[in-house]
Amino acid sequence: MFVLIVRRTFQSIIVMLVVALLAFTMFRYVGDPVAMLVGQETSLQERAALRENLGLNDPVPVQFGRFVLNMVQGEFGISYQIGRPVSELISERLPATLELSLLAALFALLTGIPMGIYTALRPGRWLSHFFLTLSLVGISLPTFLIGILLILLFGVILGWLPTFGRGEVVDLGWWTTGLLTESGIKSLLMPAFTLGIFQLTLIMRLVRSEMLEVLRTDYIKFARARGLTNRAVNFGHALKNTLVPVITITGLQLGSIIAFAIITETVFQWPGMGLLFIGAISSVDIPIMSAYLVLIALFFVLINLTVDILYNVVDPRLRGDMRSSLG
Amino acid sequence: MEGAERSQEESTGQVQPLLSVRDLMVQFPNRRGVLTAIQDISFDLMPGEILGVVGESGAGKSMTGNAIIGLLEPPGRIVKGEILLEGKNLAALSQQAMRRIRGRDIGAIFQDPLTSLNPLYTVGDMLVETILTHLPLSRAEAQTRALDMLSEVGIPAPHERIGHYPHQFSGGMRQRVVIALALCANPKLVIADEPTTALDVSVQAQIINLLKRLSKEHGTAVILITHDMGVIAETADRVCVMYAGRIVEIGPVRQIISAPRHPYTVGLMAAIPKIGSGADKLIQIEGVMPRLDGIPAGCAFNPRCPQKIEACTRTVPPMIAVAENQLAACHLFTKPGGA
Repeated sequence: MFVLIVRRTFQSIIVMLVVALLAFTMFRYVGDPVAMLVGQETSLQERAALRENLGLNDPVPVQFGRFVLNMVQGEFGISYQIGRPVSELISERLPATLELSLLAALFALLTGIPMGIYTALRPGRWLSHFFLTLSLVGISLPTFLIGILLILLFGVILGWLPTFGRGEVVDLGWWTTGLLTESGIKSLLMPAFTLGIFQLTLIMRLVRSEMLEVLRTDYIKFARARGLTNRAVNFGHALKNTLVPVITITGLQLGSIIAFAIITETVFQWPGMGLLFIGAISSVDIPIMSAYLVLIALFFVLINLTVDILYNVVDPRLRGDMRSSLG
Repeated sequence: MEGAERSQEESTGQVQPLLSVRDLMVQFPNRRGVLTAIQDISFDLMPGEILGVVGESGAGKSMTGNAIIGLLEPPGRIVKGEILLEGKNLAALSQQAMRRIRGRDIGAIFQDPLTSLNPLYTVGDMLVETILTHLPLSRAEAQTRALDMLSEVGIPAPHERIGHYPHQFSGGMRQRVVIALALCANPKLVIADEPTTALDVSVQAQIINLLKRLSKEHGTAVILITHDMGVIAETADRVCVMYAGRIVEIGPVRQIISAPRHPYTVGLMAAIPKIGSGADKLIQIEGVMPRLDGIPAGCAFNPRCPQKIEACTRTVPPMIAVAENQLAACHLFTKPGGA
């Protein structure tokens, strides 16, 4: 187990370095950083001084080394557009995105898994057909359309829920949360649903097909032949085996929920990282873009690491201690 | 036929049969109609007896076993007949009631020990879970019983092995675990469906001997389904030969081997290669067993039968007593034997 964690961590570091190289390349070579920083009237001398100051004349490996070093310390430079440190901007926006993403993921898991199990165990029931049809709709409708339709229904026609923003947030010092105020929770509902609905249908269909597969195996038949209760067979033996592949996919999906919150954040004007990123793109704010790139990559790497470790906890065949005996 | 069955019961003494299958018929409805997988299956099983069931693939051996433990795969269902376990008709039980019979009264062993065990459960988890489902024991008592079962089926160092996962065992050891699982609630009957087919030849004999020993020690009756006549000859008390969904011959194993009566059984016995017989060609029965949707009229074996007579293509032969305790379904015996 320990060896695995060390090995995976090492691999993760390599991945992060490659991503950092990409971010660095973007930072250094998409346009001239100096030209971005200074105004029209800056003299050539001043520009050269700034260039020297920023270390842009050093050899490229040295610059990259410095970039990585800064990155590790959370230093991503200063936003061209806003003129504040990128790390500050991101730490302001991060709680909004993480709250939204985790709630969406939780919603997708807590409804997707039971729906998947139900449709696998009771394939003939009308409710199963209903779920499957609903999941088709969920998979085929684009996120922004669902968001807009929700806004139309609950925001405009019914007027129950706010249509944009986070509502009132409580500042905990290191974290701002919308979960402690009524307006914050209300504001969270529609974006979380919109973001989670695609993942929900995906998880539901995955659980369903995996479960159907597992229910056909010999060990399930043998479990029934031993007279175990349906509950023990379905929710013990079958579900446990179903969840092994589900963990992987769900982990990867959590990464993409965070990364692709951009669309939902745009539709609901959610003040998260996605919105910040969209803003950065339209103003070619390279430091924000490269910081976002590195951060999202970091999320993916961390989630993958967790999934690998979880996999080992769930599936004994992957653990190191293979003591096979002959007999 | 009824008379023949009765005379058989009398000859085995006044002991009531443990299991009595009567006119069992299983059908599979499908889009094009109804397939009859097995029919007219009738036999008795005494307590502690080992009954071998032989036949080619698709003869209905496993189907019969599955019908008895109530694990027919849908849409397959029992449409006719009775399965009496100590007088209780299993065919009429609800799924819930049948679940309590499985594992408690009837154990099952399947062909492939590699796939019969859940890879995510330790051997101990599965044993304890099964024991607690059926017996009124505490968890600690169940744990003790699980250890006893493991050592009884010949797994060395059970204290250490009980916490291991299936992938940490070899094929033969896994089949021992499967046997322990099938027997852990001390059932009166075990259905072993090809228990040795997936194993190495050297391990096969060990498993068969184990089954035989446990059956004797616990007085457990066994239905041993296999296509291996060698295994049957070594293990079974009686043998039941199946062909195209019906029983064609049933009787004591020595008699069937030395004096088979049904032409199919005769062919089956002749097909067993014998060392030193001098024959350099393997004997085989010509042709193949018909598919379920193409069973010929009359005796299903008639297209392949070397002794076919005119009646064979017209009517299905009934089971006729051909020797002491031996029945065969063949028109060749209708006239002299009577019923």
